[in-house]
Parts: sequence; C-alpha cells; structure tokens
Amino acid sequence: MILPATLLPAVFFYLFAGMCVACAFMVIAGRNTVHSVLYLILAFVNAAGLFVLLGAEFLAMILIVVYVGAVAVLFLFVVMMLDVDFAELRQGVLQYLPVGVLVGVIFLAELLMVVGAWVIAPGMPQSISAPTPTTISNTEALGRVLYTQYVYYFQAAGLVLLVAMIGAIVLTLRHKPKVKRQNIADQVARTKETAMDVRQVKSGQGL
Amino acid sequence: MNAVALSSMTQALPEIVLAAGAMGLLMLGAYRERSTQAVNLGAIMLLVAAAVIAASIPNGRIFGGSFIVDDFARYLKILVYIGSGAAIILSLTYLAAEKQEKFEYSILILLSTVGMGMLISAGDLIALYLGLELMSLALYVVAASNRDSVQSTEAGLKYFVLGALSSGMLLYGCSLIYGFTGNVSFVGIAKASGQGGIGLIFGLVFLFAGFCFKVSAVPFHMWTPDVYEGAPTPVTAFFAAAPKIAAMAIFARATISAFPAITLQWQQIVVFVSIASMALGAFAAIGQHNIKRLMAYSSIGHMGFALVGLAAGTAEGIQGVLVYMAIYLAMTVGTFAVILSMRRSDGMVEEIRDLAGLARTNPPLAFFLALLLFSLAGIPPLAGFFAKYYVFLGAIKAGLYGLAVIGVLASVVGAYYYLLIIKTMYFDEPAEAFSPVPFELKAMLGIAGLFNLLYFVYPAPLIVAAGIAAKSLF
Repeated sequence: MILPATLLPAVFFYLFAGMCVACAFMVIAGRNTVHSVLYLILAFVNAAGLFVLLGAEFLAMILIVVYVGAVAVLFLFVVMMLDVDFAELRQGVLQYLPVGVLVGVIFLAELLMVVGAWVIAPGMPQSISAPTPTTISNTEALGRVLYTQYVYYFQAAGLVLLVAMIGAIVLTLRHKPKVKRQNIADQVARTKETAMDVRQVKSGQGL
Repeated sequence: MNAVALSSMTQALPEIVLAAGAMGLLMLGAYRERSTQAVNLGAIMLLVAAAVIAASIPNGRIFGGSFIVDDFARYLKILVYIGSGAAIILSLTYLAAEKQEKFEYSILILLSTVGMGMLISAGDLIALYLGLELMSLALYVVAASNRDSVQSTEAGLKYFVLGALSSGMLLYGCSLIYGFTGNVSFVGIAKASGQGGIGLIFGLVFLFAGFCFKVSAVPFHMWTPDVYEGAPTPVTAFFAAAPKIAAMAIFARATISAFPAITLQWQQIVVFVSIASMALGAFAAIGQHNIKRLMAYSSIGHMGFALVGLAAGTAEGIQGVLVYMAIYLAMTVGTFAVILSMRRSDGMVEEIRDLAGLARTNPPLAFFLALLLFSLAGIPPLAGFFAKYYVFLGAIKAGLYGLAVIGVLASVVGAYYYLLIIKTMYFDEPAEAFSPVPFELKAMLGIAGLFNLLYFVYPAPLIVAAGIAAKSLF
C-alpha cells in the first residue's frame, strides 16, 4: 500500500511520538537500571526525530550529540559505578500509580485549557526583532550569525566555561606530597652509579 | 552577515584586558611554583588598568547593541573595579595567615569582575544572563574556597543551589518577556512592552525575583546570613561590595530602559521589596552576635535603602542609588578591614563581644570602626547620611512620601544595633587585645574612614558624576 505524501509526516509523527512515550514509560518501569538508561537513549533519539519533523534539524543533531553522546553515557557510568539498589527504591510504584495518573490527567486538562484560551499578544508578531529565515536551513542560519553577530555571547559563554573548569579544579584537586608516583624521566635518568651501591661484606660480619 | 571589526571592540576594552590578563595570570600561577604573590599583584594592577581604561573609552553600543558603554556603565564599572581591588588587598594577610593561599583566588575574582562589567554594560537579556552567570559562578567557587571547613563548603553549596534556583526564575522571566514582546534587547522590549499584557508582567515578576536574589533583597535574602557567616571573611568582604553594585546596576538599567511603559507595575514591586528589606535589615540584625551575620542583615537593609531610589524611577532617584552604592562601597570596605583585623594569637574571632573595650586596647581601630558604624547608621555629617538623604530626596520628589517615611523609621531602628557595637567598644570591660593590624588593612581602613568623615567637605564630584551617569540612562 502506498501512502499519499501528505499522510507521511503524520505517520512518522505518531511513530516517533508513540515510541517516545513508550520508551519514557519503560525508563521508569524497567527492572534493570541499565535497561532504563538504554530506553532513555531511545526516547532521546525519537524526540530528535520529532524535531526533524518540525524542521529543527540542528536541534535534533544537538540532542543526539549532547544528550545521547554525553549525558546518557554519563548516566550509564553513574548507574554502573554507584551501588544503589534501584529495585528497592522502586517498591510501591503501583501503590502511587493512581495518584500519579490523576496528577497527569489534571496537567493534561490544564495544558489543553491553556492552549485553548491563551492568546499571544496580537501586535507581537510585528515587533519580533529576528524573524525566522524561510529560505535557508536553520543550521546555516545559525552558522551565519554565531561567530559574527553573536560573537560576544559566544565568547562570554566560553569565559563561563573557563570559570567552571577553574572552579572544579580549585575545589577538587588535592596535592598529596606523600603519594608515590611513577616518574618516567627520573627512572630513565638513573645510571648504574646512582642506582647501585656495591658493598664488600666480610664473612662473619653483617652490614 | 557582517563580521565584527576589531576596532569596533574598543568599548569592551576593560573587559578584554581583564579577561586576557586573568588568563595570563592563570598560566603564570599554574606553571610557576609559589607565584601567588605575583598573581595577586598582577590582579590588582589589571584592575587599576581596567578602571583607567573604563574612565577613558568613548560611549557607544557594540555587538549589535548588546554591550553598552555610557556614563552609567562607566561610573559603576569604576566602582566595581575599586570594590574587587579592595577585596583582593583585604584578603592578602588573611589568606596567608590561614594557609589558604591559592593563586586561583584572585583569578576567580578577576573573572567575576569581568562578569560584573558585562552585567553593567548588558543591553539585552542574553548578555544580562551571561554576565550574571559569569559573575555568580566565580562567587560560588570562592565561597567554598576553604574546602576543609564545613561552614565554607556549606556556604558555597547553599549559595550555589539557591543561585541556580534564582537563575532558573530569571531565565523563566526572560523567556516570558521574549515570548510576549518578541525581543531580547532592552530597546526592543521598551518599544513592544505597551502591548505585552499580563504575560509580560508575569515575566517581569520572575526577572525581578532573580535580581532581588542577587542584590539580596527580601524576600530572596535567605541565603545572605549563612553565606556571609560561612565564607572566609575576605570573601564575605568581596560579596558585600562589588557584586551588589553590579546587580543593583543591572536592576536599574533593565527596569529603567526596558520597562518604561509599565512603570506603575514595577514600581509596586520595588516599593514592596524596598520596604520589606529595610524592615528586615533593621529588626533581624538586632539579635545577632556574630559580626559577619550582622553585616549580612545590614547589607540587606542597605539594599532596601538603595531600592528606595530605584522605586522613584526618576533620574534623581537613580542618582541617589548611584551615590548610595559608592558610599556603601566605602563603608563596607572599611568595616570589613576592621573585621579582618579581629585576630588574636590563637586565630580569628568574629563575635561582637570580642570587640569589648577596644577603645582602651586599640583606640585608633575603635575610633575608625565607630566612625564607620555611625556612617552606616546614617548619622550626619558622615557620608552615610548623605547616601540616605539623596535616595529619600528622590523618593519624595517622585511623590513616594510613605516610602520615605518608612525608610527614615527603619534607619532609626537600624541605628540601634550599630550604636550597640559602639557601646560595647567604648564602655565594656576590655577583652583580650587583638594582634597588631597589618599595614594594608590599616591603609584601607584609613582611606575608607577618611572618605566617610570628610565626604561632606567636598561632595560635589561624586554627586555630579552620579548625576551625569543617571541622566545617561533616560
């Protein structure tokens, strides 16, 4: 069966959205924590697919690179390194499920009401200072302005990261003078004269 | 697509010099053993250079209007550089004596100062947020810099968690403002703010919550006493001066230049925050026995007084705020020079009862502290009186009589605990004498004390400079 072209985005939307919700549920329902993190990664990938459908391909790629590539891997490390009994933490989930569902339904109802009633200020679209370009892709649009128009923000963000790095070092690095470390240069520089001490030991006497 | 020419960055020269200098000093500190002294000296010289450059660069808006240099920015930047330089000088002996010498300390202060400069010059919400984070992130680290002390790490962590919360609120406010005006630049927001409606006011409230946290105004003051008490004393001296000035600067700039169309709405918030801060500063300080906690409540109160001028929303009110911040800087630096001199043979002390009988054991120190406390209380003819006079004058001219009256009453209540310290120093039985005061603390105390004492002789330069600075905002 061949789908009409107009139907295709809708099909993919429901595919990605459904997968995303299912994965999100599995994150909290999974028995094994490592599986939970893997489902989380799958949820991220599906969310990235949704962004592609919206035409925000740069955001989609960033989501994959940052969340899947860095954050999720960090989670995996934490999960594997910490000795936390997640099965115990999760006890009583079913007990709280009705309340959770109720809260979720209330949130959904509120969201629907907000979307229905909230009107963006009518004159606002005319005063937008930087409208979205329609002729170029958003990756290219970002690339054109990031190092030119927005170079100041870019550099400022760099300084913030520098402070974060210095701060992490100041607060955690400890110089321990008593720790024995391997110093290859010292080892290579040793000669027979500096490393060995030849003594003549007479028989019957100790050193 | 227009590339930024190097010559168009002249206005950002103080920040560039400070940032590049900080990185140079970082290299020096990392690759040379025992270079802390050199780094400290270099940091002070960089701040002096930045102040000279800031005083001499021409006005202008660069980076598409996100970085503004005007008389307002120039005046406040010089104050901030003085505050940061004073904080480094005040820390020299303390950190060496407590064996907490680290070259990163001055570098973090320098980078924080870069953030303050960016904050003062910010012309849009993104520059505001980046400046604020650069300033705050370095502050969190220096608050926890004495990592072997539980109090210091607690102070750093508390400040960090609450600071992250306030950043979140500020960002939420920014996003609402952007959503309802379609602009991030203050100029654009001002143009579109007439039609922002209720959503814009929501955003404004959240933005103000973030600002109030940074200036430690009630009801976002709760971090202040704990952080002031827990952080190492020179760090507290730094917190009390420069960051407050920068935060107050952006508070004034954002409200005056971005929201003139909804003045009535933000005025209510500022009036409430101001009254609450003055009242809490006056009453909560009475029961304190730790002088650093007392200074925390005192600074909350002083921010309340400064906000009286902002509440007026006029050039005179802003002039009052600017004069207030300059005099507040002098009073704070002087008072902390005394607190840092409270050292006995067995270490630092910070209780008010340790000051008992100081007039007999060290008369000059007692005299200068009494002078500064009278000034903090706002007793004429000391500088602190004029600071309050100008903000109240601004409020009265704007028709805020009630606010001015409450302010005067709060300052009368506040005078009680300042006078209590003076009574302890002059009329109580002497406690054990303090160790000799190091030279640089004497010098800072002398300069700050004489400024407070002799300000009334020749007040014109500061008033005129503040007046010009305030006018450039309107």
